[in-house]
Amino acid sequence: MKSLPITIDSVRKAYGSYVALDDVSLDIQAGEFLTLLGPSGSGKTTLLMALAGFVRPDSGKLLLGDRDITRLAPNKRDIGIVFQNYALFPHMNVLANVEYPLVLRKTPKAEARQRALDTLARVKLDGLSERNIAALSGGQRQRVALARAIVFEPRVMLMDEPLSALDKNLRETMQYEIRRLHDDLGITTIYVTHDQREALIMSDRVAVMNSGRIQQIDTPQQIYDRPSTRFVAEFMGEANIVAPGSVRRIDGADASRETLMIRAESFHLDAKLVGRDGVALEGTLRAKAFRGENWLLTLALDGGREVLVCIPAALAGGCAELATGQRVTAYAPAAKVHTIPGAVA
Amino acid sequence: MTVLADPALAADARRERRFFLSLSLPALFIVGLAAILPIAWIIRQSFLTTGGEYTVGNYEKVLSSGLTWSALVTTLELSLGTLAICILLGTPLALALASARPRVANLLMAFVMLPLWTSILVRTYGWLVLLRREGLINAALTGSGLTAEPLPLVYNFTGTLIGMVHYMLPLFLLPVYAAMRDIDANLVRASASMGATLGQTIRTVILPLSAGGIVSGSLIVFIYTIGFFITPAVLGGGKVNPLSIRIERTLSTFQDWGSASVLGILLLVLMALIGVMFLAARRLLARNKFGAAHA
Amino acid sequence: MLEAYPDNRLARILLWSFCALAMAFLMLPTLVVVPLSFSASDLLEFPPRAYSLRWYENFFGSATWMAGLRTSLILGTLTATLAVPLALLACISINRIGGRTALAIQGALLTPSIVPGILLAIGLFFVLAAQRLVGTLFGVLVGHVVLAIPVACIVLLPALARFDWNQVQAARSLGANWARAIGGIIVPQLQISLLSATLMAFLTSLDESVISIFVASGQNSTLPKLMFLSLRDQIDPTIAAISTLWTVIVLVAVLIVTLRKKS
Repeated sequence: MKSLPITIDSVRKAYGSYVALDDVSLDIQAGEFLTLLGPSGSGKTTLLMALAGFVRPDSGKLLLGDRDITRLAPNKRDIGIVFQNYALFPHMNVLANVEYPLVLRKTPKAEARQRALDTLARVKLDGLSERNIAALSGGQRQRVALARAIVFEPRVMLMDEPLSALDKNLRETMQYEIRRLHDDLGITTIYVTHDQREALIMSDRVAVMNSGRIQQIDTPQQIYDRPSTRFVAEFMGEANIVAPGSVRRIDGADASRETLMIRAESFHLDAKLVGRDGVALEGTLRAKAFRGENWLLTLALDGGREVLVCIPAALAGGCAELATGQRVTAYAPAAKVHTIPGAVA
Repeated sequence: MTVLADPALAADARRERRFFLSLSLPALFIVGLAAILPIAWIIRQSFLTTGGEYTVGNYEKVLSSGLTWSALVTTLELSLGTLAICILLGTPLALALASARPRVANLLMAFVMLPLWTSILVRTYGWLVLLRREGLINAALTGSGLTAEPLPLVYNFTGTLIGMVHYMLPLFLLPVYAAMRDIDANLVRASASMGATLGQTIRTVILPLSAGGIVSGSLIVFIYTIGFFITPAVLGGGKVNPLSIRIERTLSTFQDWGSASVLGILLLVLMALIGVMFLAARRLLARNKFGAAHA
Repeated sequence: MLEAYPDNRLARILLWSFCALAMAFLMLPTLVVVPLSFSASDLLEFPPRAYSLRWYENFFGSATWMAGLRTSLILGTLTATLAVPLALLACISINRIGGRTALAIQGALLTPSIVPGILLAIGLFFVLAAQRLVGTLFGVLVGHVVLAIPVACIVLLPALARFDWNQVQAARSLGANWARAIGGIIVPQLQISLLSATLMAFLTSLDESVISIFVASGQNSTLPKLMFLSLRDQIDPTIAAISTLWTVIVLVAVLIVTLRKKS
């Protein structure tokens, strides 16, 4: 199966005065796994539905390979879609659901059946083909939805928060399996989620969206460690945005004049773990909380801004004894101190 | 920044909208053919002589006739009488249903719905049998010695009213019951905990909160009863003559299409007035709700 | 709701006795007809002194009544088969368009249920008279379809509002055009609502009397029209037999639909 690249060119969509997609452009390579990540209302699902053909852009172009699909009816796009609530047909059994796209394409009966059964085996649902949808667990429904979306060998697959209805353990299993399926099939995949961890775990690249715009598109590590905007920094985890001046270098030199981002888990309480070119922050302990694998300390800097400090339980020998109101100094290695261009703390 | 919409995409959006609109065209066509056109025809007919010439004579004739005004009075008496009895019977009934356990309430609702599912002619016939001079009710009354003579219960206004209340009560009950069932039971508990008696709770909590249902139910009663034909025709015995009966008689006995049309328009005007009154009542209710929220 | 007042027994007893009386009032006219239909006498005595099936024989043996029954059944079937698909398409249109336009369409489609039957009846009579169609099956059918459309819409609109439209999107993404999405996804899943709508449309036609009285005649007189004429002239116990049959049939139909809905 040959997969196709996707080009999204200056797509705009407004509902009245509300701009859902604000001039979005994005290139997805053939066979890539790209995640659209953002809070609700950021436009990620609108963008996905525009690719699927259920949202008509006001302007802009959508290309599949070099074919313009902007005005093509959804039933002619040949895109596999996994919907958020699966949208399985309750009046058909598992096999009929998976056969449905093949029946629509007038595939001969025996071949359609065989392909549907093969696909069900691929998603580990062998033996359940005669089951009713109502008799399936959430995870099994998820697999049927996957099978139905890939059985007709689409060149592109879209997934709209497919795991949001599953519990945590099942979600982790499915994350792994979806990624494996993608690698086996080599199918270009766009995956929508609001879960940062999911995006980091699964994707080749992540596009972070907010207010109808793409804030940053990069590999998971770059997005996490080198956020290009304050929004991305804060959306991707416990990020501390620190104004120039409240941080000093351990070796005494001047710290950056720009706004810095330091993640909570980059800190240590022991200066020796950081190295000479690291930075130090001093503040008053406001609150501390034991979270199992780590301790979370809230420090109030002298300017009044609060900083979150996360110390792994294994390295947090002294944390239990710290008392609120006490002065605490936290250290972070220089490699973990990231300058956010143009941001104001 | 404004980006002009792509004209081709905008055209696609319009085409899709037209497609969805076209799905309702067959139904709209039938409604136009068999409901809108007939009403337009009545309006046209009301201005025509038997020979087909334009005239306002039909209006003069109908509006100057005492029969018309007594028909109007009878129509209003029947509608208002039915409404009054429906409110008196239906509101406590709805309260009982809303406070019953779900199983009991469902069973009782089935009983309430049964008449709705039975033909109006079957029910009218049943009342005829019950209310006749020799009927079941008069037999019971004279047999028990409550009355010496059988009461005239049918072929008059009383019989018509009984038949109409019987037809309308389930239809009135449905919205009132729905409104009462939607009242949060905690509100009643709260009212009781603050010391309100049952009567006070009903008056100050339950009735105000179900007022919307009572107004909708009343509108339904009005809309149905204003043009009621079968019940007065059978149970009225020729002595009860609301507008609907006058229309039929003008048409079938006198072949006077023009006058029948004028009477029809009178009915339409009455409907419109009721519609306006209902809208006013709804607005008043909405304002009270708003006011109460700020009190 | 009144469990907050467990001590108020008097109010409770009053309310429930009132409730029982009201239920009797609602049920009585339907029930009283049943024993009368089996009476042997043509006086409407209650309780009947002797029982027989003569009124049923009378009904099934009468060419007039049978013609009326036939007309009513044909009309009901035609009405349901025409009104329900039209209503379904219109409701899909209302659901998908939304906004003021949808409200306007909905208002137009519900008009026939608000306008007094007598007005529709005489208006339709005038229109049909101008086309020399009074007394034809077609004339009554149009009148019944227009009354059945709002009834079907009232059942189908909420069903479509509850319907998971993602399923249509899923079908579309898998390659279905609109016709196939409606036929293969919407119709099978609204099966029960469509069945209710069909039953209600059928009953609307079966029960309709005013339009029939004005527009139907001769061979095309419906059962309600014949019953009405008979009631006006004299109280014929044959009507008790028809009423009993009618009630039983409707009850069975309603029960079937309700049970299907539950299962």
